[in-house]
Amino acid sequence: MALASRAIGYTRTAIALHWVVALGIFGAFSLGLYMHELPLSPTKLKLYSYHKWAGVTIFLLMLARLAWRATHPAPPLPGHMPRWQRLAAHSIHHLLYLLILAIPLTGWLMSSAKGFQTVWFGVLPLPDLLDKNKELGETLAEVHEALNFGMAALVIAHVGAAVKHHLVDRDDVLARMLPFLNRAAQ
Amino acid sequence: MRKTLALVLAALLPCAAAAAEVGAVQADKSRIAFVSRQMGVPVDGEFRKFTVQLSFDPAKPEAGRAQIDIDMASIDAGSAEANEEVVGKNWFHVKQFPKASFVSTSVKPLGGGKFEVAGKLTIRDKTRDVQAPFAMTAQGANVQFDGSFIIKRADFGIGQGVWADFDTVANDVQIKFKVVAGAKK
Ligand code: HEM
Ligand code: HEM
Repeated sequence: MALASRAIGYTRTAIALHWVVALGIFGAFSLGLYMHELPLSPTKLKLYSYHKWAGVTIFLLMLARLAWRATHPAPPLPGHMPRWQRLAAHSIHHLLYLLILAIPLTGWLMSSAKGFQTVWFGVLPLPDLLDKNKELGETLAEVHEALNFGMAALVIAHVGAAVKHHLVDRDDVLARMLPFLNRAAQ
Repeated sequence: MRKTLALVLAALLPCAAAAAEVGAVQADKSRIAFVSRQMGVPVDGEFRKFTVQLSFDPAKPEAGRAQIDIDMASIDAGSAEANEEVVGKNWFHVKQFPKASFVSTSVKPLGGGKFEVAGKLTIRDKTRDVQAPFAMTAQGANVQFDGSFIIKRADFGIGQGVWADFDTVANDVQIKFKVVAGAKK
């Protein structure tokens, strides 16, 4: 059982990318909420830049993650799961992938529309795909925010499901993404 | 008002007829903009209200004169939040210093339709000597003057207190001007 599940488990790279991206998103999300409320100050300007750099980095990691995922299939879900749960798991995973790409993209477009170019780590300027346009910038900020709250809701469901698998179903779904749980699960 | 005044003055000046002196400045086509650097990223801004008085004859550039007065409350620093901030004490302190001005002291030709104007730039309560190269080009029935120069914001006390450091907002600020005037024979 342990052997079989390991053989068809996530690769180390997939696991590493999952957690690095997850940590990055928790960071960028909290920073986004915090910086948005600050009155204008040098600190605010710095945090906005850090947020944008982090967001672009997450986007690139996400591209790597998708490329990896395309060539390394995920292990099948445990057989005991009813159809609706499989469907829910797959839908949420797909939506999360979509959102982790859409959120940085809207951030980038928003910055261009607001007239503040994104220069990755202060070194690599990203092209401005949109001309400066105040209204569009504000709309994109709202889209960025709405997508973020959508993602937060999905992540809560995602984490809830993972914990339920571990504690209620007592299967290896959480452990295969969090290998140090392996022993505890058996 | 200023435009009419300039026109009347130009008509009254006897020598104006003889020289290829440029005509009245067209404020709506002219532009005074600036580029600041925030966290290394260039951010565009401009002043929406200003007046330009100009007398310039490319055949006698040394006799040229210009005065620009800027209504500092008309600043657009790139975002609503920045606009609120920069009129305040730490930046332009617009309540106390509502105007900035540039008064030329000399113009010299650089050749090839290019010139350099030197003059005194006053922002807040600080006056500094500046030089700006500019080009003069014909634009249909008008002539256009384009130029730019760099100022150090600290020289004028722009950005004090928490903003005094240059690590978020750079000291160098580029000023760009485009002045359009009627071509008058
Ligand atoms: C996965 C990556 C990202 C996450 C999780 C994220 C998250 C957030 C969150 C939660 C907010 C606060 C929304 C609000 O309260 O209004 C925010 C704001 C913002 N984000 Fe992102 N963001 C990401 C990527 C980016 C990128 C790549 C850029 C730009 C290149 C960017 C630019 C901005 C800007 C400029 C704001 C402020 C909007 C405003 O002031 O109205 N974000 N982000
Ligand atoms: C921002 C946060 C997160 C995002 C965007 C995210 C996204 C994803 C995605 C897209 C997958 C599907 C991988 C695939 O099969 O292709 C996945 C798998 C997984 N995630 Fe997350 N995740 C996040 C946070 C978390 C957290 C905090 C936990 C744990 C409590 C967790 C536990 C898992 C587990 C156990 C799997 C494997 C599911 C399976 O084996 O089928 N994730 N995650």
